[in-house]
Amino acid sequence: MTLADVNCGEEFKITDIKDDKIRAQALRFGISEGANVSCAEKVPGGPVIIKRNLQEIAVGRRLAKNITVEQ
Amino acid sequence: MDCCDISHQIDIPSDATKIVLAGNPNVGKSIFFNDFTGVYVDVSNYPGTTLEISSGKYKDNIVIDTPGVYGVSSFNDEETVARDVIASADVVVNIVDAVHLERDLFLTQQIIDMGIPVVVALNMMDEAKSQGLDVDIDKLSEELGVAVIPTVATEGQGLAEVKDAVTDAQVGHSSLQQEDELEDLIAQVGNRPEALLILEGDENIAAKHQQEPRELQEEIYKQRRERVNEVVDSAVEIKSEGNNFKTKLAQWMVKPITGIPFLLLALYGLYKFVGVFIAQTVVGITEGTIFVGMYEPLVRDVISQVFASGSLGYKLLAGEFGVLTMAVTYTFGLLLPLVIGFYLFLSVLEDSGYLPRVATLVDRILTELGMNGRAIIPMLLGFGCVTMATITTRVLGSKRERIIAIFLLGLAIPCSAQLGVIVGLIAPLGAKFFLIYVGVLVAVYVLAGTILNKVLPGQSTDLLIDLPPLRIPKFKNIFHKTYIKSISFIKEAGPIFALGAIIITLMEHFGMLVAVQDAVAPITVGWLELPKEAATAFIMGIVRRDFGAAGLTDLAMTPVQTTVALITITLFVPCIAAMMIMIKERNWTESIAIWFGSWITAFVVGGIVAQIL
Repeated sequence: MTLADVNCGEEFKITDIKDDKIRAQALRFGISEGANVSCAEKVPGGPVIIKRNLQEIAVGRRLAKNITVEQ
Repeated sequence: MDCCDISHQIDIPSDATKIVLAGNPNVGKSIFFNDFTGVYVDVSNYPGTTLEISSGKYKDNIVIDTPGVYGVSSFNDEETVARDVIASADVVVNIVDAVHLERDLFLTQQIIDMGIPVVVALNMMDEAKSQGLDVDIDKLSEELGVAVIPTVATEGQGLAEVKDAVTDAQVGHSSLQQEDELEDLIAQVGNRPEALLILEGDENIAAKHQQEPRELQEEIYKQRRERVNEVVDSAVEIKSEGNNFKTKLAQWMVKPITGIPFLLLALYGLYKFVGVFIAQTVVGITEGTIFVGMYEPLVRDVISQVFASGSLGYKLLAGEFGVLTMAVTYTFGLLLPLVIGFYLFLSVLEDSGYLPRVATLVDRILTELGMNGRAIIPMLLGFGCVTMATITTRVLGSKRERIIAIFLLGLAIPCSAQLGVIVGLIAPLGAKFFLIYVGVLVAVYVLAGTILNKVLPGQSTDLLIDLPPLRIPKFKNIFHKTYIKSISFIKEAGPIFALGAIIITLMEHFGMLVAVQDAVAPITVGWLELPKEAATAFIMGIVRRDFGAAGLTDLAMTPVQTTVALITITLFVPCIAAMMIMIKERNWTESIAIWFGSWITAFVVGGIVAQIL
C-alpha cells in the first residue's frame, strides 16, 4: 500500500520512496526508508501529514502515492 | 566564477577568523547574529542570487550569517549560498531547535562531517521543557564531540557562553564511513568540506574542481540519518505529551472544516490591515500629502529651471510620467507602504508557523492549477504588488510552476493599487455586480490555471514541507525580516519602475499612446460596448494599473458597462513594471506570450460578459 492509502492516526513503516531528490530531502527531515511514523492528518484530496516524535511533514497527495508503506 | 569568496564585500583583515552562523529556518539565528555583531552590520547581495547576506565583526573576527537550510547541497539558492559560506568557515556556530533535534542535527552532523570546528547552540530550551522534552546536554555534547550550550535566545540566556565557546570550538565525531575515498579527494581538491560535498554528488563544487560528482549522496545521507537518530535516542527523553492546545490548534489549521474559516479570518485581517489601514490611511499621507502635495511641486520647480516645461527632457524627468515624479511617487509613496504591510503580515504568518499549514491546506487546489501549496506565497503577495509577487515566484520548485504562477498573477490578481479604485467603482453598484466581477475573475483564474496545467509539458513538483511547531512571533524578528525584504524590493523594482516611466514618456511624446488608443477603440466600442474613451483607460492601465481603473471614474457608464470595463481592465494587463520584471525573471519569448495571452483573454472574457449581460 502507499502513503496515500493510510488513515489518520494509523502507525506504519515507510518502505520505499521512489524519487531520489525526495528521498534525500526526506532523510534530512528525519524520515528515512524503514522509519516508523504515524499519520497526523489527512487533508481530503490533499497532503498527508506524517509525524515522527515531534517532527511533522506535509506530503503532497501525488507524492504520497509514490511512497510505499507497510503496517 | 567567483562564487565562494565574499570577503571582497566586507572590510576584513585576511588573517581574521571567519565565524559562520548556520541553522535550519526559523531557529532564532538572527538574534545570535545581532548579539555577535552589534549594530554595525553589512548587508550585501550574494552574487548570482536574490539573497542578502549579513556580515559583521566580533572582536577581530568576521561573523557571517547564512540562510536557514535543512542541509548543505544545491537543492535551491538558499542552500547554494549556505553551502559556499559554510564550506569556507573557520568556525561554525550551529543554532539548533531543541524541540526539533532529529531534523536540526542532520545539518549539525553534516557540518561536523565536513571537519569544521563547531559550537552547537541548543536554542529554545524553554519550549523543549514545556513540550515535555528532557535533553541531556552532556550526553549530546559527548556523542557529537563538540560543545553544546543550552540557550533561550529570546531571553538572552546562554548568548555570552556561546560567544566564549567559539575560541575553543572542536572538530566533532564524523559519521562518515568512506574516509579513504574522502582522503583521496582531499588530496586532489585541497580541503575537506568541498571534498565531502563532491563525494555527496554536489555538481557545482565538483565542476569547480574539475571533478566528477560521486554518487554517494544516498549512502552518506543514510548513515548520517542513522547516526543522528542514535544521538537523539541517547540524549533526548520524551517525558510527557506537552502542550495540548498548540497541538490541537495546529491540527485545526490544516483540517478544511476548521482551517478554511481560520484562513478566511486571517485574510480578513490582512484586508483590514493592508487594504484599509495602509492602502487608505497611510498611503493617503505618504502619496497624497507628502509625495504629490510636497515633493512633486518641488521637483517640477527645480527641473523647470533646467529644462523648458514641455520639452522632452522635462517630460522624462518631471512630466506626468516622469522618472523623478511619477516613478518616485509610485514606488515610495504608494507601493512601499503596501509592500511593507504585506511583508509584515507574511512574516507573522511565517514565524508563527502558520504559513506552511496554509500551504498544506490549499495544496490540493493549487495542484489542480499546476502549482503546489507553496505558490500561496506569491499569490497572496500579488494582491499587494504583482511586480513583487513575480519576483517571489522564485520560491517555486520548477520552471513550469513559475510560468503558470506568473501568468495567473499578471492575468487575474488585481494589485492593491488597483483594488482601491475598483472597490470604489463597484461598491455603489450593489451586490449583484460585485459578485459578477469576483465570479468572473475567479472563473478565469481557475480555468486559465487548469488549462495551462493540461497544456504545458512536464509535471509540477510536489509538496514536501516541514511543519514547524506553532510559536508566538517575536517582534524584533518580524521587523528585521520586513526591513530586509522591503529594501530588496526597492532595489529590484525601483529601477524597473523608472525604466517603465521612461518608456511611457517616450511613447506619449512621439504620439504612440494615441495611436494605440485609436487602434483599440473599435474593439472597445463594438465588442465590449463601452464608450470610446474607455480605450484611454485601458492604455493608462499599462502605465499604472490604478491609473487605468481611475480613468474609468470620469466616464458616464451604465452599471453593466462599468462591470465589463473593470473585468477587462483587471485581466487586461499587468502594469509596465510587472511586464518588465517578467522579462527579467523569464525571457522575451515567454513574456510576450504572457502579455498577448492576457490581452486576448481580457477582451474575449470582457466581450462575452458584455454580450451576456
